[in-house]
Amino acid sequence: MADAEIMLRARDISRAFPGVQALAGVDLTLRAGEVHALMGQNGAGKSTLIKILTGVEVPDAGHIELVGQPITPETPVHAQRLGISAVHQESHLLPNLSVAENICAGRYPRRPWSRGGGIDWRETERRASELLASLGLALDVQQLAGGLSAAQQQLAAVARAVGSGARVLILDEPTSSLDADEVQALFELLRRLRAKGVAILFVTHFLDQVYEICDRMTVLRNGKLVGEYECVALDARGLVSAMVGRELAEVEPPASAMADGTGRPPVLTARNLSRRGQLKPTDIEMRAGEVLGLAGLLGSGRTELARLLFALDARDSGEITVDGAPAHLENPADALRLGLAFCPEDRKHSGIVADLSVRENIALALQARMGLGKFLKVAEQRALAEKLVAALGVKTASIETPIGQLSGGNQQKAIIARWLATNPRVLILDEPTRGIDIAAKQELMHEILELARGGTAVLFISAEIDEVVRVSDRIVVMRDRAKAGELPRGAPEDAVYAVIANT
Amino acid sequence: MNRAGLLWPAITLALLLIASAVFNPSFLTLAWRDGHLYGSVIDILNHAAPLMVVSMGMTLVIAVRGLDISVGAVVAIAAVVAALMIGGSYDANGAVASKYPLWLALATALTAAAACGLWNGLLVVKAGMQPIVATLILMVAGRGIAQLLTDGQIITVYYPPYFTIGNGFLLGIPVALWIAALLWLGLQLVLSRTALGLFVRAIGGNPEAARVAGVRAGAIVLCVYTFCGLAAGIAGLIVSSNVKSADANNAGQLFELDAILAVTLGGTALTGGRFNLAGTVLGALIIQTLTSMIYSLGVPSELNLLVKAALVFAVMLLQSAEFRALVARVARGKRAGATP
Repeated sequence: MADAEIMLRARDISRAFPGVQALAGVDLTLRAGEVHALMGQNGAGKSTLIKILTGVEVPDAGHIELVGQPITPETPVHAQRLGISAVHQESHLLPNLSVAENICAGRYPRRPWSRGGGIDWRETERRASELLASLGLALDVQQLAGGLSAAQQQLAAVARAVGSGARVLILDEPTSSLDADEVQALFELLRRLRAKGVAILFVTHFLDQVYEICDRMTVLRNGKLVGEYECVALDARGLVSAMVGRELAEVEPPASAMADGTGRPPVLTARNLSRRGQLKPTDIEMRAGEVLGLAGLLGSGRTELARLLFALDARDSGEITVDGAPAHLENPADALRLGLAFCPEDRKHSGIVADLSVRENIALALQARMGLGKFLKVAEQRALAEKLVAALGVKTASIETPIGQLSGGNQQKAIIARWLATNPRVLILDEPTRGIDIAAKQELMHEILELARGGTAVLFISAEIDEVVRVSDRIVVMRDRAKAGELPRGAPEDAVYAVIANT
Repeated sequence: MNRAGLLWPAITLALLLIASAVFNPSFLTLAWRDGHLYGSVIDILNHAAPLMVVSMGMTLVIAVRGLDISVGAVVAIAAVVAALMIGGSYDANGAVASKYPLWLALATALTAAAACGLWNGLLVVKAGMQPIVATLILMVAGRGIAQLLTDGQIITVYYPPYFTIGNGFLLGIPVALWIAALLWLGLQLVLSRTALGLFVRAIGGNPEAARVAGVRAGAIVLCVYTFCGLAAGIAGLIVSSNVKSADANNAGQLFELDAILAVTLGGTALTGGRFNLAGTVLGALIIQTLTSMIYSLGVPSELNLLVKAALVFAVMLLQSAEFRALVARVARGKRAGATP
């Protein structure tokens, strides 16, 4: 493998943004027929490097060679023409076009003028089916892309990239919204592409996936190159140390917030909470100082339950009481007033306001609760933001930086800071650790436990069962849009899986 | 905060003023006569006042991802209501009397205008209509209401105190300009001393995130539309006071488009979120300067619209960062998209 043809070589790549040196002299070498992992914590410079390779950003210094030829990708289209394609976490298929139209977009076969000209749709479908067949994918080319599952869209997006002649394929967090079977389907496809000699750059936070599929990896830290390693030569502990920059202490399962919460009165209870098509009647009870874990598969009703509790969706039935008194809870503003807080799962869509500064994003919920009349003065906002940014370790050039410029994990921390600023009594965290790196995850879990020790009732939702088991004082397991069972603290992962699988 | 965003509108305005001064050397002269300031620049400021006022309302609406194309019709409604309630007739002594007290007429006209804005807001927030469609309804119906109120006649006002709004001077400066300036100042204060500015930018930047953060987005959007209607009402008073009459067909004609243009020229994105109130004021001044320039150049009236369009086109190109980058690239002689 070491002697394989070098497909892409980037040397000494540097890129600075106002206040941040995102990349400083980074090298990356991709060989034909390998899957190469790009590893690093949030803010290490992975996204910037990908943007430079795909022509979204222009490097300040450094050069790129593709099969020995110097190249300078100027736009994503230009990069694609050169043979470098990227597939991102949210696939960029056009939902209102068919699979075939998506796959052939930008290079539709034309009918000859003698036959009236225009696009040859039959040929489009034939080419798409042929491509899918050659990749071993069973997708209906006539189906609208919007009707595909996230995983199928991901596969179709990869097929499109391959169809456009990609020799270098960049996959940015492709598996973060896929379940285990879907990940296997994607890996199957990657193995086929590897055999065909495509160079694949794979970015993920899942270490086990790196060892399953990758041949080699490049590790970045704080915009600098740590090194390139053969996967067999660096174990997971070594990898994490390389990413974090220090020896990782054996991760102790953090002690739970409290010995026993059952004695305490509930802060929030919901009886018979339901919404058509989203949640069957469900009861839930949250106590002060307790972390309540909510486990279940995607679509089991976890997020739906959280949204109903925060009145983001209207409930069809159910009484919610706060401190034993029936609560008037019809919209998020009511929830905020009652001392509830909700970190949504979809950070980009319903968490951050990208154009606003970190300070304004942090102040937003507290100001919303204070209303129009009482104004949180800019100096007060600044003090609040400084304090929380320091407390949660948000990495940002300044609190006046637009939050959209922060890395994903730091955006997430800033959104949590927004809610901590309101000093909530009930904190609902929907997938707070999704898409953030292992060190940030540790810190976040730590924060969650700290909060609970301070008396906050925390609802912790995660797809990663081990996380739920580790922090929760009590676990509610969801299945088929209803509560399937409840487990005490210390229940093993297998017990949770057993409830999910109904065995 | 918006300092950098003001640069290009300011340059554009300066260029237009210089061009006007080149064509008409007396353009920049100011004279003090009868205790008032006189001059082309003062005329432009005075005539731009109604558009400034309307555009300020429009800025906030656009900032929350809305649009209000009914402002021209609301200008007409306010003008007609005020003119009808004041009217004016000679009493036995030959003095002119107003039909209703002046304050009542003004208050009724402004209330009607604010109600129009509230109606728009309700259609957008409660009925969930697309802003352009929701306000299209009042754009058409509003003129109809104004015509119905006036029986299709032009209503002339004979009551001199009313003329102060559009023709009077205070400390040598036109009253209309005072009104626009006070409104701007008041709005700046509200935006900087309350959370309104933060909420508006949050709603415009990401409505769903603002809602999740507990911002009462619906109520704020309603307020913004109501304010926009009120602003159009104030403009209607200035316009009808200035011409001492109210014409249901022509008062505020095409104001909606000029206002949207002023907001855009001022550097506010039509996609919402970031807005620039001072830029909007500059935008309104740019439009009025253009109009004055066309008149002072003696452009034949049948060419007016074409010349204005050409000038607007040039101004928009000047303000487009993409276009400027393109010009800079061409100037440097560097070819885009060089392939290996």
